[in-house]
Amino acid sequence: MTNPANTTEPQIHARGLTKRFGTFTAVDAVDFDVAPGEAFGFLGPNGAGKTSTMRMIGTVSPITAGTLTIFGLDPAHHGAKIRARLGVVPQADTLDEELSVLENLLIYGRYFDLAWAESRRRAKELLEFVQLTERSNDKVEPLSGGMKRRLVIARSLMNEPSLLLLDEPTTGLDPQARHLVWDRLYRLKQRGVTLCLTTHYMDEAEQLCDRLVVMDKARIVAVGSPRQLIDEYVTREVLELRFRRAEDETDDSAHMDGKLEGLADRIEQLPDRVLVYTADGEAVAATAYERGLRPASVLVRRSTLEDVFLRLTGRSLVE
Amino acid sequence: MVGIRRLGTTVAFRPRHVVERNLLVYRHTFMVILSGFFEPLFYLFSMGYGVGSLIGNVQLSDGRSVPYAVFIAPALLASSAMNGAIYETSNNFFFKLKYAKLYDTIITTPMSLLDVARGEILWAMMRGGLYAVGFVVVIVVLGALGQPLVLSPLALLGFPAALVVCYAFAGAGMAATTFVRKWRDFDYMQLVLMPMFLFSGTFYPIDAYPPLLQAFVQCTPLYRGVHLIRAFTTGMLDPAMAIDLVYLLLMGTVGLAITSRRLGRLLLS
Repeated sequence: MTNPANTTEPQIHARGLTKRFGTFTAVDAVDFDVAPGEAFGFLGPNGAGKTSTMRMIGTVSPITAGTLTIFGLDPAHHGAKIRARLGVVPQADTLDEELSVLENLLIYGRYFDLAWAESRRRAKELLEFVQLTERSNDKVEPLSGGMKRRLVIARSLMNEPSLLLLDEPTTGLDPQARHLVWDRLYRLKQRGVTLCLTTHYMDEAEQLCDRLVVMDKARIVAVGSPRQLIDEYVTREVLELRFRRAEDETDDSAHMDGKLEGLADRIEQLPDRVLVYTADGEAVAATAYERGLRPASVLVRRSTLEDVFLRLTGRSLVE
Repeated sequence: MVGIRRLGTTVAFRPRHVVERNLLVYRHTFMVILSGFFEPLFYLFSMGYGVGSLIGNVQLSDGRSVPYAVFIAPALLASSAMNGAIYETSNNFFFKLKYAKLYDTIITTPMSLLDVARGEILWAMMRGGLYAVGFVVVIVVLGALGQPLVLSPLALLGFPAALVVCYAFAGAGMAATTFVRKWRDFDYMQLVLMPMFLFSGTFYPIDAYPPLLQAFVQCTPLYRGVHLIRAFTTGMLDPAMAIDLVYLLLMGTVGLAITSRRLGRLLLS
């Protein structure tokens, strides 16, 4: 067996990776590589194929077609070897509710054949890391969503993985809990752990990912760093306009009446607002006002991955 | 052995981690396990001594006449082993599989599905074995009190025989549970287990049946288990014990194989 640690060989290598369930194609011939130490993200709405991809990488879902290697190993033949070096944070908090907080970690370490003493040492250290030491002997069930998430993250680190798979690590958490999780993930990244995560939050992708792919309907529709994607697909700024719409109006076109003509790179009509893509939002807003446009509210903001996604698919990320 | 060796890592028989997990759980609720121990005991007292006092002696197939309690004690040992195995592999296993999603978590570690199935079987055997030990203790105590329930020192082999019965029912029980979709399906399992408990030569010799029915009963696993254990406790060895052993070992092993295949279908999608 070759030991690919400390090389630049990709931690994950996928070419034409495909997953079908019967006639339904969940992942359709995707290509990507994840380098050691990198934080790599899959951004996309629910049903885009992110979880299926993660399960294949986690060796718990056989691939239908294409190539996939993890640490240079084939998941079909070296599942246990791969999993020994993998940390997994699944979408749902699959904690063992019949055990206490500490016991959850202890036994998980045992599944990796750690000696009891070593497992206990790591469990205590990790409970400290995710700020759950005071809850060590409590049952799992009454913990808050954020605590459970942190416990699952601690659990995924019991085997000191070199690659951590996180499937929607902060979905359903309140802002404070999300920031605490992000902070811990950032620290892991600093220590050289490779992160591979899925999310449908663009701010999460921007915060955590060095590089990401945008997935939609089982395919990868764009690849790059968050900044690259924004530069490539959208303008620097976005002007958001809201209008007071009459009952019978289905969109805001009557209000705009061509008054934005020639001012914007692109205009996107959403159900509740109009997005105007431009390098200088303030200038466009001022010119439109001079031309007689009277929106109910005006907002100029920096463009985000959400805008990239809208541009690529015509739909917003979180419905 | 698969796995990375490094500091703090033990070379592993991985199924034992499943047993360790269950021990951690039952450390909190040990009484639940104990409850299963009393059932055969109650049968022994109510049937063996209660009904037994009305019946008097029963004739064994070698012609010896023995107290009724001596006749049913080995059968109760076999059924307590069966019960222990079934408790663990039906409702408990189903809960862990479908609701607690325990195995979805375990398979993200180097543990394999076969490790999981073997671990749970081992655990079920430990539970069944515990009941068997308890029952053996009762037999010994009653013997010391002048109520001998065994006729031969070979009765000692009744314990490993009970473990074989556990293995058979744990394997088959787990395999059956992988096909269960909802809790109510377990009623069907009871529909098989209950008559088997009553009619497998447990409470009376199967000579009572017409030949065709006798042949049918001889094909049931509990009959084989009862026959095996009774042979040891009464010292009435016969060649059919080989059939008992092969039958029960095969049943457990086939059950184990079906279980790990079915777990693959259920968990690795």
